[in-house]
Amino acid sequence: MLTDENRKILVTFLIFPHHSPSMRIVPFTVSAIITTGLVFALNKQWGSVSPMGKFLSPQHGLWQNAEPEDQSFDAELSFSGLKGRAEVYFDDRLVPHVFAENDEDLYFIQGYLHAKFRLFQLDLQTKAAAGRASEMAGKKAVQYDREQRRLGMVYAAENAVKEIEKDPVSKAIFDAYTSGVNAYISSLKEPDIPIEYKLLNIKPERWSNLRTALLLKMMAKNLSSGTESDLANTNAKSIFMPDELRILYPQVPDSLVPIVPKGTVFNKPGIVPVKPVLADSLYLTKKDMVTAGEISKPDVNNGSNNWVVAGSKTQSGAPILCNDPHLELSLPSIWYEIQLVTPNSNAYGVSLPGSPFIIIGFNDSIAWGVTNSQRDVKDYYEIKFKDKSKAEYWFNGKWEKTIRKEETIKVKGGKDVIDTVAYTIFGPVMYDESFQGADSIGKGRNLAVRWTAHDPSNEGYTFYKLNRAKNYDDYAEALKTFTCPGQNFVFASKSGDIAIWQQGKFPARWDRQGLYVMPGEDSSFMWQGFIPQQENPHIKNPERGFLQSANQRPVDSAYPYFIPGSYITPRGITIDNKLAAMTGITVKDMMTLHGNYFNTLAEDAKGILLKYIRENELSDKEKEYLQIFRNWDLMASPDSKGQTIYQCWWDSLEAEIWKDELSRAKLPFPWPEEQTTMEILKRDSVLHYADNINTPQVENLPDVVTAAFKKAATGLAQKETEGKLEWAKFKNSTVYHLIKDLKGFARSGLQVGGNGNIINAVTHSHGPSWRMIVHLTTPTEAYGVFPGGQSGNPGSRFYDHDIDTWVEVRYNKLWFMREGDRTDKNIKWVMKFSSKS
Amino acid sequence: MKFITAIILTALLSFISGLFLPWWCLAIAAGAVAAVIHQKAGKAFLAGLLGVFLLWAGLAWWMDMKNNSVISHKVASILPLGGSSWALILVTGLVGGLVGGFAAITGSFLRSSAK
Repeated sequence: MLTDENRKILVTFLIFPHHSPSMRIVPFTVSAIITTGLVFALNKQWGSVSPMGKFLSPQHGLWQNAEPEDQSFDAELSFSGLKGRAEVYFDDRLVPHVFAENDEDLYFIQGYLHAKFRLFQLDLQTKAAAGRASEMAGKKAVQYDREQRRLGMVYAAENAVKEIEKDPVSKAIFDAYTSGVNAYISSLKEPDIPIEYKLLNIKPERWSNLRTALLLKMMAKNLSSGTESDLANTNAKSIFMPDELRILYPQVPDSLVPIVPKGTVFNKPGIVPVKPVLADSLYLTKKDMVTAGEISKPDVNNGSNNWVVAGSKTQSGAPILCNDPHLELSLPSIWYEIQLVTPNSNAYGVSLPGSPFIIIGFNDSIAWGVTNSQRDVKDYYEIKFKDKSKAEYWFNGKWEKTIRKEETIKVKGGKDVIDTVAYTIFGPVMYDESFQGADSIGKGRNLAVRWTAHDPSNEGYTFYKLNRAKNYDDYAEALKTFTCPGQNFVFASKSGDIAIWQQGKFPARWDRQGLYVMPGEDSSFMWQGFIPQQENPHIKNPERGFLQSANQRPVDSAYPYFIPGSYITPRGITIDNKLAAMTGITVKDMMTLHGNYFNTLAEDAKGILLKYIRENELSDKEKEYLQIFRNWDLMASPDSKGQTIYQCWWDSLEAEIWKDELSRAKLPFPWPEEQTTMEILKRDSVLHYADNINTPQVENLPDVVTAAFKKAATGLAQKETEGKLEWAKFKNSTVYHLIKDLKGFARSGLQVGGNGNIINAVTHSHGPSWRMIVHLTTPTEAYGVFPGGQSGNPGSRFYDHDIDTWVEVRYNKLWFMREGDRTDKNIKWVMKFSSKS
Repeated sequence: MKFITAIILTALLSFISGLFLPWWCLAIAAGAVAAVIHQKAGKAFLAGLLGVFLLWAGLAWWMDMKNNSVISHKVASILPLGGSSWALILVTGLVGGLVGGFAAITGSFLRSSAK
């Protein structure tokens, strides 16, 4: 029972000499035991409760993380990993402006700063990526970890590291970044470790290039793993006829406003994939069911807006570029703002803690931003194993050997879990007899994953080059090797060019290839090649003077490739309409547009709903809600009751229409996009899906619209009694801590409107994770804000200090510091770095 | 006088050990003080408790003030103490104080058992 530490205490007391046996040895022993027991109890983790003695000790625990309000960040530091001298100037928002003599020192310092201000975030995100969450969270994370490993996250990161280390320039940079992170970790004294470590009773772990790669692969997963619904689609294929599938899950929505403007003429495709002879019988008309599903499927709202207006449309005559990537909002924020300067480069923007470079930003010549392509780059193949050992699988007429990887998952407070993953020519067999993901009772079909994130690539190098790009050609060149996740790179230069490239490595598919689980017993259903890079959707300097991307399908049906994905249509329509109508655009106009609450989908839906509702069947209370809805201005503003009523009614209607059709076999099914539902309703009023197949009578559209409204009204009345009928109160927007359970570290009840399909895309806990506006004048005028702060320490005033600015769609002016500004009054603190000889 | 000296010495020794050693070394400090400055068990307990309570609560209060209660408020809503910084400071003092008190009793009995 006694730990070494406690034994020492006892010994300390017992070394006092005993002179007489007539002693009060009993009370002594009792009190010694009580003391030891108390220390033991307070030094030990009890379930999820951290060691309270250690945690509360003012010299060791939480109080050490109470950063004084007047904390100085001045420092003089020297490290053997540095080549020369460097200075970091912090402004009043704790944004570092790094001035180094060379690239290696620059990225060493970026690593150091990421670790100093975001260490727990670095550690947690990459451990989660690698399927090691159980080391922190215990056995509740084991299934998550198994899924990460079976998806091949570590395999993907290892392939990326090999690619990075092939190129001496990349290797030097990634090595320097890793050294910088580790330099901070080595200098860290125990009382100074972030509070989350103290709460979880764990220690920071050293950094490596593999962990940087893991972080980038986590982004790849967030942005390109949830954009397919192949398993659910397979089930849909088994109940719907092919023409129904085309109606319910259309490839090109009627109302699409693509990134590359409609009517653009595309060249003949460089590759024409051929449909296998047996595709109809083995695949397209095959009726089969899949019970497996992902446990941690990324949010399809992981979208974004970006747009750019040319000088012809702005008041100043210089282009303006805007970007707001929509991600799960978190504290600390996913972004860390930074300026990186060497004699040869000078870039400003946001970086991802865990990776070198600026991901979204600008330099002296250009600005760039990203949105997600939403393209499907992940397919499943059914594998036939010879036996339970999973050592061999049937492929092209013979038994081929798999590569079996044994995965050991360490579990906090529990025994190790061993899992074996078989790798085939397609990729890892994610689902098999022993693992069906979200389905815990499935019989287990063996499904291998083919995903472009597994392919060797070096996405970081694209950002290295973008940070240094001087013009359109540099930008286009930088993108060429970017593989996964496919992104829409928006661009503007001071020389007046504007452009968007949708860049990624995208399979060239035959019609409907990869929408469903494919046969994997031979090579006939494998990808036959990739769309040639120069044929990726792109456009430069359009006559109309503006470009936008907002996760919609990038091109209309004239594009010569089959490109499935999880596209989001409405935001692109709103942005395109707005920008088309604007002239003499100013930065102020762009700020207003970022904050826009117009509900484009509701504009169409409102008329449909009002057309079919049977008002005479409504109670007085229901009529009252209907009246609010009728008077609604289509704005999802924070105080809007109309938006709340609309959203509840719409969700209820979708359930009324689709639930009976899709829940027949109690399996995962893809719900039609809300845009699709709206378009179907708009097209025909005799929708046969309106009929509830579980009731004897035949329901028509007015029946379901009215029934949906009545159901919604019940919920609304409940919300009204709680005082939550206003949209912001209803959705209760919250920025959670990375550990969601730590509610005290979150900010909730934010007074903000919007929704996923609205430009200002704030949902309950998801939305614009960084808003940036760059006006390409000389000097550059730039603005930005993210819902968080520079410091990851919940005890710092820089932890969440920009949240209110963000809620109100206000901005910080970004200070693009220059060589001559080293004594500027904006500088609050200076960190001096030198090499240790 | 002994009582006050014991409190001050306990606080001082605990503080110094806390600079270099794990938190629980305060038990050694409080025990040693009680063994050297001998008092009856009850008084020793109180002196040990107060010495560490004052040190821990005092340090916490000082750090909390400099921090504008940014972290105490958050931690106090996780623990859960209703988000009250004062409650967290009090709990901090009591947890340290209890260990200090029991260690001091032990120290006191050690001395009396040695007589």
